[in-house]
Amino acid sequence: MSDFFTFSDPNVRLVTAGTILLGMSAAIVGTFTFLRKRALVGDAIAHAILPGVCLSFIITGEKHPVYLLVGAVLAGWVSLLVMDYLSSRTKLSTDTAIGAVLSVFFGAGILLLTSIQHSSSANQAGLDQFLFGKAAAMTRQDIWVFSGVAVVLLGLVLAFFRSFKLISFDPAFAKSIGLPVRRLEFLLSTITVLAVATGIQAVGVVLMAALLITPAAAARFWTDRIQVMVLLAAAFGLLSGLFGSWISYTAPSMPTGPWIVVLLSLIAVVSVVVAPQRGIWARLRLQRGNARKIRQENILKAFYGIGEAADAPVATVTVEALRQQRPFEDRALELGLWELARKGLLHRHGAGTYALTPTGLRESRRVVRLHRLWELYLTERMNYAADHVHNTAEAIEHVITPEVEAALLKELDHPILDPHDAVIPYQNPPKPSAS
Amino acid sequence: MNAFWIILTGALVATSCGLLGTFLILRKMAMVGDAISHAVLPGIVIAYLLSESRDVLPMLIGAAALGVLTTFMIEFLYQKARLQIDASIGITFTWLFAMGIILISLYAGQVDLDQDCVLYGEIAYVPLDLWITESGRSMGPRPVWILGGVLLLILLLIIVGYRGLKITTFNPEYAAAVGISTVFWHYLLMSAVSVTTVVAFESVGAILVVAFLIVPPATAYLLTEKLQQMLLLTVGLGLLTAVSGYYLAVWIDGSVAGAMAVTSGVFLLLAVLFSPSTGVLTQRFRSRYPLRVTETGK
Repeated sequence: MSDFFTFSDPNVRLVTAGTILLGMSAAIVGTFTFLRKRALVGDAIAHAILPGVCLSFIITGEKHPVYLLVGAVLAGWVSLLVMDYLSSRTKLSTDTAIGAVLSVFFGAGILLLTSIQHSSSANQAGLDQFLFGKAAAMTRQDIWVFSGVAVVLLGLVLAFFRSFKLISFDPAFAKSIGLPVRRLEFLLSTITVLAVATGIQAVGVVLMAALLITPAAAARFWTDRIQVMVLLAAAFGLLSGLFGSWISYTAPSMPTGPWIVVLLSLIAVVSVVVAPQRGIWARLRLQRGNARKIRQENILKAFYGIGEAADAPVATVTVEALRQQRPFEDRALELGLWELARKGLLHRHGAGTYALTPTGLRESRRVVRLHRLWELYLTERMNYAADHVHNTAEAIEHVITPEVEAALLKELDHPILDPHDAVIPYQNPPKPSAS
Repeated sequence: MNAFWIILTGALVATSCGLLGTFLILRKMAMVGDAISHAVLPGIVIAYLLSESRDVLPMLIGAAALGVLTTFMIEFLYQKARLQIDASIGITFTWLFAMGIILISLYAGQVDLDQDCVLYGEIAYVPLDLWITESGRSMGPRPVWILGGVLLLILLLIIVGYRGLKITTFNPEYAAAVGISTVFWHYLLMSAVSVTTVVAFESVGAILVVAFLIVPPATAYLLTEKLQQMLLLTVGLGLLTAVSGYYLAVWIDGSVAGAMAVTSGVFLLLAVLFSPSTGVLTQRFRSRYPLRVTETGK
């Protein structure tokens, strides 16, 4: 490992620099591809580049990276135009248009490539590296071209960052404030084609889509801000490029490109699962927490209801009585009672009988108060009929924050009775006004 | 004779893929088909390694498993992780394909597959892979028999399941209302696509599978609105593509799979331009020379 990370071997330096450059510039450009929901278009462009590369070789007879790049970009552009035409002017759906262009252009590329190989032109060897990438066989000349392209790409993205952001999120708005949307889209597409045309040299045609969008997709889970997203995507591109090169350095039979893609996918999967807020785990936890809160609050309300009817707020209540007060599911009731007892809101008196503790009583009053305040608000301020407000209040009582409660109290001027003439329970009951 | 076997192989792949592809593009799932055709690669490699042979059955099982896994992963990313659909498809198939390539490199000595073959196969070798019976009689190329068997299965699926496939394609809500499981037909179609891909893989590679899955059905879709006509037209177009593609490849001296993909594209282009109902040039011609209703009948 240390051998690799000292970067003393010039060849290691070259290969690593190349994959990192390509990975980062593809990730940065790919952020916009991802946001414009054009991931599969990127895939199709990558496939469609092959005939351009072959034609450029047939015409010039050379494998100079610049010539090949020009052919690649032209072919990529033609494929974009054809895809747009097919999906907007014929009745073919977008994904059919993408698939058709992808396979036909790539077929043409393979036909030309094999034809060149069969003609046994001496210096054709290596053209097929476009298929699977040639990260480990990059030359100094390649690196110079890639660096040049990367600098141009970065410069353009920086210069047009605000405009690209606008046309990615809201093209209609961008147009309304007078941005030249069509020209900007043209520019962004050209940048994408350039990034793809260079990137396929690292990972090859099939895996190029991953280099473009997987970093952006992973980054999306961590942030809502596009600046942060671009930086994160670039960092993911860098990391996978670095470790992809390291793996194929330590195990020379391992292909660099596929490893970069597998590493990127792993980063994406980890992000999907553990990212705060948007990650699956965080969302599950939130859902579970909500379910628990609703379960407990409904039980507390049932206690309050029984106590209110009997005029004995902290009386001992049987599970049977709770069931009659409100149709609970057996397991939810059992679990909720256990949770409440553990939190110190309930006292357990022998098998199947419970009573509210002082804290429990306060908490149950809070939930019932929110319920009744909301019912009153709906009838007083929203002109609901009194018999239509219960179900809405059942749902909203669990999510009203103390701030909203204070606002309701102020709006309704600390009311005493709800629309059904039940008393609204306060922690410190307001004194009836003198009048 | 070689030409005959190669064209027959192409035609068999074209027919199987075209029949399934018709349902794929009508369900707007063309790119899912593309994804599956790439993602079955690790399944093939693992089946090779476990069975230590090129037996058809383990490969089919491996492929069907990976096809279902691909569909499942896409759905998971799309619905559970709420990632947009294009990215879900893109991440899933690139990941699985990359794993396949890594497995091939890891077990290069034991797996009789190379990277180029994965992409565009080698249909020209089909006539050499003969099925010799125990009594020593040659029954013709092995892939032709396997592809023929798969085509029969697909025909059976479409004839027996025509109603289920049709209703779940055009009107999933109605299908659910009359008790036809959309999930069942969805996964059945995806398994059929993966099985076909794998069988076609060795001879024509991933690219021609995708071309045959998408392009002839798309061409047929531009020519007709009726499902049965579309299926028949797709088969016809597939045959034409196989024949013309073969001769294009001979003429240019290049990959047969690549050439067949190109000729399928040529037919699509012709349909875009000249389709009687929706062709671009047909419509332009009509607007310039509108049909006049003559009054000679009176």
